Amino acid sequence: ECRLLLEKKKKRNKMVFERYVEVGRVCLINYGPNDGKLATIVDVVDQNKCLIDGPTTGVARQIIPYKRIALTDLKVEVGRGAKAAALNKAWTAAGTQDAWDNSSWAKRLQAKKTRKGLSDFQRFKVMVARKQKSAIVKKEMKKLKA
Amino acid sequence: PPRSTPSVRIMARSLVLTGGPKKAAKTVASAGKAARFYPADDVQVPKKSRHAKVAPKTRASISAGSVVILLAGRFRGKRVVVLKVLASGLLLVSGPFKVNGVPLKRVNQAYVIATSTKVDVSKVTVPASIDDAYFKNTSKTNGKNEEEFFDTDRKAAVVSDTRKADQKSVDAALLKAISGTPMLKEYLSARFSLTKNDKPHEMQF
Repeated sequence: ECRLLLEKKKKRNKMVFERYVEVGRVCLINYGPNDGKLATIVDVVDQNKCLIDGPTTGVARQIIPYKRIALTDLKVEVGRGAKAAALNKAWTAAGTQDAWDNSSWAKRLQAKKTRKGLSDFQRFKVMVARKQKSAIVKKEMKKLKA
Repeated sequence: PPRSTPSVRIMARSLVLTGGPKKAAKTVASAGKAARFYPADDVQVPKKSRHAKVAPKTRASISAGSVVILLAGRFRGKRVVVLKVLASGLLLVSGPFKVNGVPLKRVNQAYVIATSTKVDVSKVTVPASIDDAYFKNTSKTNGKNEEEFFDTDRKAAVVSDTRKADQKSVDAALLKAISGTPMLKEYLSARFSLTKNDKPHEMQF
């Protein structure tokens, strides 16, 4: 029995974490003046902070604590301490901005933003649309139940 | 000229306040050396206000054609169209009547949320006769009359024919303007309310 469990563990071979703080990791800043912007980790300072830079996204090269960033799945091929030119090249080569925009994370953030900025009239139209959708769904459900 | 004794000064001051400086000077001049009369008690005469009555500024978000949410009164929560700003600073507003039951009425901008929705009211002509005097409450009902107070069978308020006619003429053009935008009529017939998770300070109107 013990042997079976060990074999199972070997087959799994999965790490607990998938996104690492490393040079080239694209991260989303979620606190401070650059809230909501993407940047690349360019160097690691210590266990609490790192150096980031985002020339294409308008983030100045700066040291930022990990508490203020969220790691994404995206990675960029750059060397440690890469300057703006190299970063730009790698960023556009990897098509990072498009990859990010198409991700469900980015879409969710955009949806939240749009919802917040709706006018009273727009909110009314959304309410009517949701009611219509619900009516259609309920109708189909009734058909299935019958 | 009479000596400026304290009594003369007091009299002159009260005369200035009640009648004006010219009248006061005349009376003082004719008073002689000492005033022949001065009041027994020193009565405080309030100072005349120099405040000029000016209509308040209209919020930048409110203009002719903006849809606005009424916050108080019988029609609270109703979404309504602003037709124009009257001379007194109050907003002239109409439901339109057929859409949500709000007639031509005056509304204070303080009791209103301005939305960003605008209706094109360039084709809507509001007759010049509709101004502050048109809405002025002329009935002089004294609430002190006990009989009236306990009168159970009150006569219903009658809407004058001029009001009905004006409402019809203004709303005809207004309804046409509203029908241009899809869903706007339904929007105006629905009332505004806050529900759970609504944060009015974070909502854009």
